[in-house]
Amino acid sequence: MPRTTTPDVVRTATAGAPPAARLRAEDLTLAYDERVVAEHLSVTVPDGSFTVVVGPNACGKSTLLRALSRLLRPARGQVVLDGQAISSYAAKEVARRLGLLPQTSSAPDGITVADLVARGRYPHQRFLRQWSRADEVATEAAMESTGVLDLADRLVDELSGGQRQRVWLALVLAQETDLLLLDEPTTFLDVAHQIEVLDLCRRLHRDGGRTLVAVLHDLNHAARYATHLVAMRDGVVVAQGTPREVITAEQVEAVFGLRCVVVDDPVTGTPLVVPLDASR
Amino acid sequence: MSTSTRPAVPADGTVPADRAVPPDGTAPDRADPAVAPPPGARLAAALPGRVLRTPSEALAVRWRPRAVVVGSVLALVLVGLGVLAMTKGSSALTPGEVVTALLGDGDRKATKIVLGIRLPRVVTGVLVGAALGVAGAVFQSLSRNVLGSPDVIGFTTGAATGAVVQIVVLEGGPLAIALSAVVSGLACAVVVYLLALRGSRSGGYRLILVGIGVGAILSAVNGLLLTRGGLDQAVEAQVWLAGSLAGRTWTHAAPLALAVALLLPPVVWLGRRLAYLELGDDAATQLGVRVERTRLALMVLGVGLTGVAIAAAGPISFVALAAPQLARRLTRAPAPPVVGSALMGAALLVAADLLSQHLPLGLAMPVGLMTGLLGGIYLAWLLTRTKKA
Repeated sequence: MPRTTTPDVVRTATAGAPPAARLRAEDLTLAYDERVVAEHLSVTVPDGSFTVVVGPNACGKSTLLRALSRLLRPARGQVVLDGQAISSYAAKEVARRLGLLPQTSSAPDGITVADLVARGRYPHQRFLRQWSRADEVATEAAMESTGVLDLADRLVDELSGGQRQRVWLALVLAQETDLLLLDEPTTFLDVAHQIEVLDLCRRLHRDGGRTLVAVLHDLNHAARYATHLVAMRDGVVVAQGTPREVITAEQVEAVFGLRCVVVDDPVTGTPLVVPLDASR
Repeated sequence: MSTSTRPAVPADGTVPADRAVPPDGTAPDRADPAVAPPPGARLAAALPGRVLRTPSEALAVRWRPRAVVVGSVLALVLVGLGVLAMTKGSSALTPGEVVTALLGDGDRKATKIVLGIRLPRVVTGVLVGAALGVAGAVFQSLSRNVLGSPDVIGFTTGAATGAVVQIVVLEGGPLAIALSAVVSGLACAVVVYLLALRGSRSGGYRLILVGIGVGAILSAVNGLLLTRGGLDQAVEAQVWLAGSLAGRTWTHAAPLALAVALLLPPVVWLGRRLAYLELGDDAATQLGVRVERTRLALMVLGVGLTGVAIAAAGPISFVALAAPQLARRLTRAPAPPVVGSALMGAALLVAADLLSQHLPLGLAMPVGLMTGLLGGIYLAWLLTRTKKA
């Protein structure tokens, strides 16, 4: 597939970036070893937004999130956090400003919910001050807001997928960062739990005044929850804006190669993508 | 939940498994703010262990009474085993005679036997066992696998190769043998690490599989060297390969003590990060742990501990494999505890040495063979019952 089929769209999309953004990517080249995933990629995360990144498989959306959370060092360009290159911060300092829910993580065997969530306090701890009152209060608040406080002494292994994802989210919340990055938080969950987790994310965004960035697979979920939508294809930002601006039949076909009609969601009024029947 | 007020005492754990918690956590049972526990209290009740805090919170740590109790008991058992081991030998002593000799009040003969002959052997055993136990804990944590111990992933065999080359080909003395064991153990670890490296990260399973492969090759090399060497050297090498504490003096124990004193504190310091590495590389990195740097430092320390232990006593198996798991089960910790593994390793090795010396005549064997035998049984049991291995 040819890269950068729509370079002018990219330029117009990023030109008027608002200045007040704690987190932005500047002219990134992202690569795993020799394989280049994206070049000249610039993305700005508007402060206070619930930004959702969508795009087909292997479009580089998770890679972008890894770069934004300094899990992946860009081959070129930089990620700017609070006015400084993210690579110039101490590791724990970044973790006090920005939290990430990774796509895969493993809970040690036999660990309890409370014990796991408490580990989110690591960036605030020192060798001799491993468990202050502030740690206790922040961990409990994180568990309270994700609804896992009642599970506190249960084993993580015994939880359902939805409960477990909320526990991991609580761990990231215990970090007390205003910036939250979520890499496909609904993968492996059934539809009820997907909505449950996304509702929770929205509440964290609205009530907590946090800035959220999530990578999602489901376009209709993205349209329903995002305040700012970024559509990527082949390592290029093809469109960004409000869901209503981004989710149009033309753009969906351009990004995903899927012919569809876009109607209003009867419940939320947000755009709803209904694929056309390819066999007819 | 049916209660309308929540006590500040432990959440009692009677929450039904299938109970759906409302996602917002604002369960209706938290209606009365007048009796609501202070912030953090409900969590504090659910977390294991106790909290020790100074008023300024300069010191604020969570500690598990169980770990302290287990550690104290292991230390007592270790002292008991040590004293018992020092009573046995060609001239039997009573435990009282051993203790008075240790305190410097014994008669000349007993003092000479205890301080000059038997104590260095016990001290070597304690230090070798502790070093192996800690090395096992480090590698099992890093590889997230109970099989990830230095004797399974080839480092022990690699150290043995250096020693065998020194004995058979170069015909070096004890010090040269010890040095070669350390150097070749390190070299073997570097090879395994580089082969297991994918991109800029080293994975758990890859480390174990590559280690087993490298270990198998080196084991064949060791066998080849034995058949090619002269008879005397081959016998000497064979004795060394069995692993033994026999005839260990202060010239073995003193350098070993120095090495362990240097290598152990940084492992304890970094050991806290092991718990975070177990969450997965991404989760640990996002929490501010420098994953690859920590992993490399711990590997170097673990290989160093393995190397000095083998240099002092030969390739002793089983201790590094079993001690961390036994310590973990006793303390009920989610990860192998560093200090607990050290104490357990020391106790296991001293006990095995005691046992191997005092089996009925004809069954007596070097401690390395004894631990190998026990280890084989343990490994078979482990493989048949773990789901992840």
